[in-house]
Amino acid sequence: MARMNLLVNGKTHEIEVASEAPLLWVLRDMLALTGTKFGCGMGLCGACTVHLDGEAVRSCQTPVGSVGQRKITTIEGLSADRSHPVQKAWIAEQVPQCGYCQSGQIMQAVAFLAKHPRPTNEEIDQTMSGNICRCGTYCRIRRAIQRAAKEVA
Amino acid sequence: MVTPTEVGRREFLKTGAISGAALVLGFYLPARSRARESQSPQPKEFAPNAWVCITPDNQITVFVEKPEMGQGQRTIETMLLAEELEVDLSAIRIEQAPTIPDIYRSLATGGSGGTGEGWGSVRKAGAQAREMFVRAAAKQWSADKKDCRAENGAVIHVPTGRRSTYGQLVEVASKLPEIGPDAVSLKEPKDFRFIGKPVPRVDTPSKVDGSAKFGIDVKVPNMLYAVIARCPHFGGKLLSFDAAAAKKIPGVRAVFSVPPIGFVDICGYGGRNFNAAGGVAVVADSTFAAIQGRKALKLDWDKGPGGNETTNSLRTLLEQQAMSNPTFIAVDQGDAGKALGSAPKKIEATYELPFTPHATMEPMNSTVHVRDGEIEVWSPTQWANVVQDEIATLSGLPKNKIIVHMTLSGGSFGRRAQWDYAAEAWQVAREIRKPVQLVWTREDDIQHDFYREYSYHRLEGGLDPQGRIIAWSHRVVSTSIRQIFDSPESLKDPGHSAEMGGADVLPYSCPNVRVDYAPAPSVVPRAWWRSVASSFNAFAVECFVDELAHAAGIDPYEFRLRLLDENQKAPNRQGLDRRKFQSVLRLAADKSGWGNPLPARWGRGIACHWSFGSYIAHVAEVSVETDGSMSVRRVVSAVDCGTAVNPDGVRAMTEGSINFALTPVLGGEITIKDAAVEQSNFHDCQVLRMNQAPEIEVHIVPSTEDPQGMGEPGVPPLAPAVANAVFAATGIRLRRLPIAAQLQLNK
Repeated sequence: MARMNLLVNGKTHEIEVASEAPLLWVLRDMLALTGTKFGCGMGLCGACTVHLDGEAVRSCQTPVGSVGQRKITTIEGLSADRSHPVQKAWIAEQVPQCGYCQSGQIMQAVAFLAKHPRPTNEEIDQTMSGNICRCGTYCRIRRAIQRAAKEVA
Repeated sequence: MVTPTEVGRREFLKTGAISGAALVLGFYLPARSRARESQSPQPKEFAPNAWVCITPDNQITVFVEKPEMGQGQRTIETMLLAEELEVDLSAIRIEQAPTIPDIYRSLATGGSGGTGEGWGSVRKAGAQAREMFVRAAAKQWSADKKDCRAENGAVIHVPTGRRSTYGQLVEVASKLPEIGPDAVSLKEPKDFRFIGKPVPRVDTPSKVDGSAKFGIDVKVPNMLYAVIARCPHFGGKLLSFDAAAAKKIPGVRAVFSVPPIGFVDICGYGGRNFNAAGGVAVVADSTFAAIQGRKALKLDWDKGPGGNETTNSLRTLLEQQAMSNPTFIAVDQGDAGKALGSAPKKIEATYELPFTPHATMEPMNSTVHVRDGEIEVWSPTQWANVVQDEIATLSGLPKNKIIVHMTLSGGSFGRRAQWDYAAEAWQVAREIRKPVQLVWTREDDIQHDFYREYSYHRLEGGLDPQGRIIAWSHRVVSTSIRQIFDSPESLKDPGHSAEMGGADVLPYSCPNVRVDYAPAPSVVPRAWWRSVASSFNAFAVECFVDELAHAAGIDPYEFRLRLLDENQKAPNRQGLDRRKFQSVLRLAADKSGWGNPLPARWGRGIACHWSFGSYIAHVAEVSVETDGSMSVRRVVSAVDCGTAVNPDGVRAMTEGSINFALTPVLGGEITIKDAAVEQSNFHDCQVLRMNQAPEIEVHIVPSTEDPQGMGEPGVPPLAPAVANAVFAATGIRLRRLPIAAQLQLNK
């Protein structure tokens, strides 16, 4: 067990935890930030995607001890009022069905758009194919990302 | 005498959901799914099972029975109520109804019935409430009711412009005699404000900011976390285990065995109530510690009586059963055998669809707190009544001591109609006496699903020189669902079969039809999978129709239209409307550019199907590279589902169904060895990803008829449309799912 400080959504949390514990379970079980979802535990589905200093990572594959001083952003920290352009685009395109994968989809899309402000559909497909949606909202996710890109541009 | 309505309302108010003045109106939502018909007979009296409550602060709350699993149920019920109550959508709040067995008898959904079941009753409840407010206002103002009009959450006295909100009228309205649901009239479609217009879902905001709470997000004070190491061999059992290393993992609190539930001879000879596998539970302070503890267990399993079962042994059995005597004959019209014998042209083909999982994004989980004389359950279930019933039976407590909270579900597709994971959570919680959240990992989910049944189809068809089908024979063989839940006797009754949907209703003209069934016993659990039997039977039927069209030398779209000539009698099932089949086929063909040239190695395939009351045609456009890799480029879909209450919801369900149905076409196969599943996670059980997802166009046929199911009907015609398109692109006819890997062998 190790004692450490985690900077999550702008707030520092002091925790005592096994340093090999995945960030996912620390967020969910210790900090009750349940917007980040468990989907596969192997980095195969993207439901657990969060940002470390703005980079999208799979929190189920990120040992909490490896985070260090980096800033963690979860879906709860993306905006206070769903005003992030990607969240607004998700609402405008009516993307979610069950909604379980959408936190991860949105976090992945936000990090992707930061690097690809004018993405092609091929680029969207390439990056977003790491995130599984069993409800099959893929065509709406594509449209929402294009919409968000236009709004920011 | 106390009427059921009064009992219901009194009981409802006692639950504490409402305090102070309120107008509470009960209404009855009919149960429709096949699964529930046997469980809950229609009550003879008016017995409300859903409630609308309006309080003086203008808060309108609907307590709904049905779960929200992604299908948009909460939005539909909000629309239906708001339409007749004359309020804004935003004025209505939806709450999940509590498990009170005497009142809520059908806390469940299934059979794509959510919209159809609310269509009459929820609108009537809105109209009832509106009428009571109008009467209350007229009384309060000593005015003529004819001069009072409901508008935007208030009643207006037209001559004077006086206005009272519903909240201001609650006290007077609640003292008026209740108006029966049949004493009110409903709006004409031309007056609809919401119905038929695309409406944003009420739950979208909570699903873009992480605030939506699913079963796995439930937090109860002092809660512990658990996982179970289940017997990997279906029907097998635990021989011994060593927990020493597991107990040393920091955070692990307890390790103990849990027995299987309901494993009664599941090899097809009287198996009933197939449920949880049993194994060893690990309880810990965190989910991670529980998972680590499970990894450290040493486990020894007995493979059980079906331990030799493999996919190959099953295939052999299915092939044998395709030639054996049928258990029952579902359709026997004319003389198919004789007509086949004398047909100028005859073709035959077999089709095979292996097991495939539901793989909901939210893995199974439930949270249970066992207290003295009471059990509280939080479960992402599709069927809360059964969770309550089963835990009551297992625990010996009366039903009303089992409180079940039906949480949001992260997908279901039929999986959450099973109650295994809630029962397992109870097994763990009763040992711990603290709240415990049982979590399934993805490996648990892939290896302990109730899969789509493995099916095999033998079809024979005869054509006359004009290209008409003169004989049709279809043998359906499957690892039946019935055998899991019922007696072997039940398999002899086609009326109770869960395997014939989509095979026993042949829309095409044919004078000689025989459709029959033979089961293939298996230890592998299987159950309802989005669109159930239609999901596999439509593949066989619509591919075979395509094969007949090519054998007749007629374009497959034209071939279908000719055989759907409305003047000819349908071979089965009265009420199947061939004009609707024709209209969806025409619409899909027109919008897809059917017949227009495509690049080399591209092809279009068409298929249509009727299920859950809706008619759907898909045209799939595929390309196959020279290396055998294939892409589904575009799917154009035409839908006749009666009134499209929320057209955007209809589109979303159709898009979702298409993508869901694509997984077993491209991958998603579950194979069996030693009566255990060989796959374990998304690396070896491949589900559809965005780079494989086609562009989708959905066209809705305008209609003012009653709304029909839309959660499932988009699934059945997709797989045959794609396989038919692959044939058009390559000349290769693939008859076994998944097809993608076979194409690469065929390059």
